[in-house]
Parts: sequence; C-alpha cells; structure tokens
Amino acid sequence: MSTHSPALEVAPGGTDGSRQVAPVPPESPRPVRRRPRSARMAPAILLIPASLILIVVIGYPLLQLVIMSFQEFGREQVFGKPAPFVGLDNYVRVLTDSQFWAVLGRSVAFAAVNVVVTMLIGTLIALLLTRLNKGFKLLVSVGLLLAWAMPALTAVIVWGWMFDTQYGVVNYVLGMITGQDLHGNSWLSNPLSFFLVATIIITWQSVPFVAFTIYAGLTQVPEEVLEAAQLDGANGPKRFFLVTFPYLRSIFLVVTVLQVIWDLRVFTQIYALQGIGGVREQTSTLGVYIYQTSLGTGDYGAGGAIAVIMVIIMMAISLYYVRQSIKDEDL
Amino acid sequence: MTRKHLNSAALGAAAVIVFVFSVFPVYWMINTSLQPNNQIRTVVPNFVPANFTLRNYETVLFDTTRSDFMPALGNSLMVTISTVVIALVFAFLASLAVTRFRFRSRKGFILAILIIQMIPAEAMIVSTYRVLDSWSLLNTIAGLTLVYVATVLPFTIWTLRGFVNGIPIDLEEAAMIDGCSRTGAFWKITFPLLAPGLVATGVFGFIQAWNEFLLALVVNSRPEMMTLPVWLRTFQVATGTTNWAAIMAGSTLMAIPVVIFFLVVQGRMTGGLVSGAVKG
Repeated sequence: MSTHSPALEVAPGGTDGSRQVAPVPPESPRPVRRRPRSARMAPAILLIPASLILIVVIGYPLLQLVIMSFQEFGREQVFGKPAPFVGLDNYVRVLTDSQFWAVLGRSVAFAAVNVVVTMLIGTLIALLLTRLNKGFKLLVSVGLLLAWAMPALTAVIVWGWMFDTQYGVVNYVLGMITGQDLHGNSWLSNPLSFFLVATIIITWQSVPFVAFTIYAGLTQVPEEVLEAAQLDGANGPKRFFLVTFPYLRSIFLVVTVLQVIWDLRVFTQIYALQGIGGVREQTSTLGVYIYQTSLGTGDYGAGGAIAVIMVIIMMAISLYYVRQSIKDEDL
Repeated sequence: MTRKHLNSAALGAAAVIVFVFSVFPVYWMINTSLQPNNQIRTVVPNFVPANFTLRNYETVLFDTTRSDFMPALGNSLMVTISTVVIALVFAFLASLAVTRFRFRSRKGFILAILIIQMIPAEAMIVSTYRVLDSWSLLNTIAGLTLVYVATVLPFTIWTLRGFVNGIPIDLEEAAMIDGCSRTGAFWKITFPLLAPGLVATGVFGFIQAWNEFLLALVVNSRPEMMTLPVWLRTFQVATGTTNWAAIMAGSTLMAIPVVIFFLVVQGRMTGGLVSGAVKG
C-alpha cells in the first residue's frame, strides 16, 4: 500500500459516500463528499495485519531467496560466514548441469501425464454423473469425496502399503487376475513403475475435484441446445465436442491450469514414496530436487537458483489462472 | 428398450467401479489397522479383519517408547488452531477493507493476494528456514504457526471476500442509521451473518494446516516439535515394512478429523477456486 495517498477513489453517493454496494464504472460521475480522515484511514488499518504477515513471511524470504541465488552459499554460510556475491555463477552451474535438466524434464513429463490422465478420467466421471440416477450418483459422490478428503501423506502411505513388495494387496490381486506369481514384485525400485504408482496416487486424489467441477459446469449447459443438436442428428461424442465443450471451455482451461500447477509442484507424494522405497537419483522431481540440493547436499546457492527458476515457471503458468480469477469479479 | 436396459446396466457398473476404486484404499487402511500385525503378513490378504483388534491403536496412542503420536497430536492441534484463529481474524479485517471500501491500492492488493497464493512453498523452504532461524523461531509452535498463517491467508481472504460480498450492505447502513457506529455495524451485523462463511473458510484452513508436510518437515524437524504428518512419515520410515498395521492405525487417526471436516465444508469451498471460470 502506498502510504502517502490517503485520498480515496471516487465513491458513489448515498448517506455515506465511503460505502458502496456495487462497483461503479469510473465514467459515471456521482456527487462525492469528502469523508473524515478516520474513514479514509480505515481500509489501511484493516489491511495492516494481513499485509504485515505476508510481507514478513513471504515477501522477505522471497527476497532472501533471490539474493541467495546470486551468492556462494554453503554450509559455512549457514553458520554465519559471510556469503560472497558470485553473480550468475549459480545459475550457470545449474543450467549446465545435466542432472537439473533431467529433473526438469522428468517433472514436466510426469506432470503432463498426470494432467492428461486426471482430466480424462475426471471428465468421464463428470459425464457419468450426469447420466446416473440418484442412488448411484450418491454412491459415486461419496466415494469421490472420501478419496478427495484423505490427507496427501496418508494417501501415499496407504498406497505404499497396498503396493508393498511382500504383502501388498495389489500384487495379490494382479497375481490372481493374470495367474502369475507376483509375490515379491517390487513396484518402487524401478523408476518407471515408481512413477506409475505416483500417478495412480495423484490421479486418485485429483480426479474428484476435476469431476465435481466439470459436473457442475455440465449442469449449466442449456438443455435446449443439446436437444436441438440431437434433433439435427448429432451423436453423443459430437454433441460433447461441438456443444458441451465450447460451453465449458473456460472451466476446462482453469481446471487444467490448476492441475498443471499442482502436479508440477508435487513434493509430498514423491518424497514419501522415496521413503517407502525408491531410487532418489532417478525419481526426484523439481520440488524434491530443491530440497535435496539445499538441505541434503548443502549447496544453498544452487538450490536457491533452482528455486528462483521454479518460481518463474510457476508464475508464468499461474498468470492465466490469476487473470481468469479476476475476470468478471467485482474488483 | 433392451438397449436402454443394457445402457443403464453399463452405467451402473461404471458407477460401482468408480466407487470401489475410490473407497478401497480408505477401506484397506482401516481394515489393516484392525488386525494384529502378524495377520496382515500373509500370502492371501484378509479382505475383512481377521482377529479383530484395537491393539495397533493402543500402540500408536499410548506406547510412548515406540510412538510419539501424542506429542505430535498436541503440536498439530496447537499449530492448526492458532493458524485458523489468527488467519480468520486477519482475513476478516482484510476482506472488509477490500469489499466495503474503495481505495487506490485495492485492486493491487487483491491481485497481490492471488499472485502470492501461486508462489510454490517448495521453492521457499530454504529461505523460510533461514528467516525463521534468524529469529530463533525454528522448532517452535509460534514459528510454524506464523508460516502457516501466511500460507492460508491469501486463500482465506479471497474466499471471505466472496462471502462478505454476499451480505447486503444495506443491513449495515440500516444499523448505522439507527445509531450504530461503523465498527459496531461490522461486529453486530456483518460478523454474525458471516458465520457460515467463517466456519467454511476456517475449516478449509484447518485442513490445509493439518495436512501440511513439507514446511513442517523443514521448520519443525526436532522429534518433540513434529506435527502429525511428519510424525507419520518418521514412524513409517522407522518401522520400515515391519509394522504396517500400526502405521495404518496412525494413518487412520490422522485422517479422521480431516475427512469429517472436509465432508462438512466441501460443497461450499470448491466453488471459489473456479468462480471466475464458471461465471466467464
């Protein structure tokens, strides 16, 4: 907040000019009364606690992070040795490190797969919900809500147990179905099946949000339009892609962007799965890699540089979401 | 007609598959937690509890030599409740500011809230750690609470803002005409009407803080200062694959409050995330 601007924007009339019901376009001139100083200071006072905490706990560390990424910062610096500035050294080191690119590529590929699978299954379940009768709809909703409500860490640990090498129920059931003896089959030691398990966990927890949101959107599509399309001879898939989808385009976009953001940031699932059994070097994603580089290896400078790169990537992707969020809102 | 029957049978089957796939892990967690550990280490798993027992819960809750569940529960409750209370108060004030007043930096503030919400905590761990360290707040309830308040504030402000917008300002105006002061109008009129919104937003903050793992892992790493997620992970790594029954009991205990709370507020909260899109 700028501290030197006590003058408020023009507000509409009424008994007290400082209150208003709806946003007023700036071009509509209304009579304005100067409000007393206390009324003009009120919003500033109301915003102080929240702003202060955000500046102190997010703004300041963010600044520290950026500074640190330009410094030589190792374990000694943590214990008080001054950190010399090294310009872009950390960034050069990170960007020329093949390990970083491997992690970045892995994170992007992993997120892409998760987003596609989640969106696909979520949309199918949303469509399913529109066709079910009350009883079945309740059944599916309850199931989805339960999966959604599970804490991420608990979910990983439970799935980790289900995929257990020795006594996991998945090995048993798959063994029954395929007729093979899968007892002792290790899912987490192979990076590919490690990520398969991670994808199952993440999809399991993200599908409910997608399904419910898209279902809510589907109920908004006017019935008449779909009927008209049907009369014109459009079959199911055609009706979905030519009528329903265009109606829901912005919902799909926002949900997809949110999924991209959440799946790129994934930390808990990967970190905890590695703890149950997984090869760190071959399964780390961006968030876990920052953690390992900084707290594991003690190279805080490089960790800071990777973190700054991650913030930039996430911010770029988030721009769309932020724009959508303020669209049509009373700002 | 037969085609229609076939169709509805297929839909019903699909519904059942979705239900089973969604619920099975939760069921399996509870099922495992209710059996003696040696009973779950069998070639053919027991799909209903064999030799039903609550001993795993006893181990987790009361066997202090093997499990730090109770102190972790205490830490979790203290951090979570403080976070919710502080975040709600600050967010209530901020949401009044941005809904009931027009001022120059208003849009900037709301935009900043949305942008801050998007900064990944994964990137901030080291600097958060260092900043807390420099204030001697590592491994304290206050330090973790401070971090959590900042984490949940943006979403809390954004959602409360929606709830405040839904309360007609005429009510406050009427109260003020009847001689109420502006602050009085907020407290006596807006605040009570906002109760459902505060509850829903508060519960959401509770779930977030209760489940948070990464920051707790970095900031409160000392055993006696752990929160439940960090405890669960530590317990799982420590027992390895030898006592899944107890691990599942711990998981169940940690999940119960969240699941209950989540079911209570779910309908009200999810709209906020995509409101722009739904309206657009």
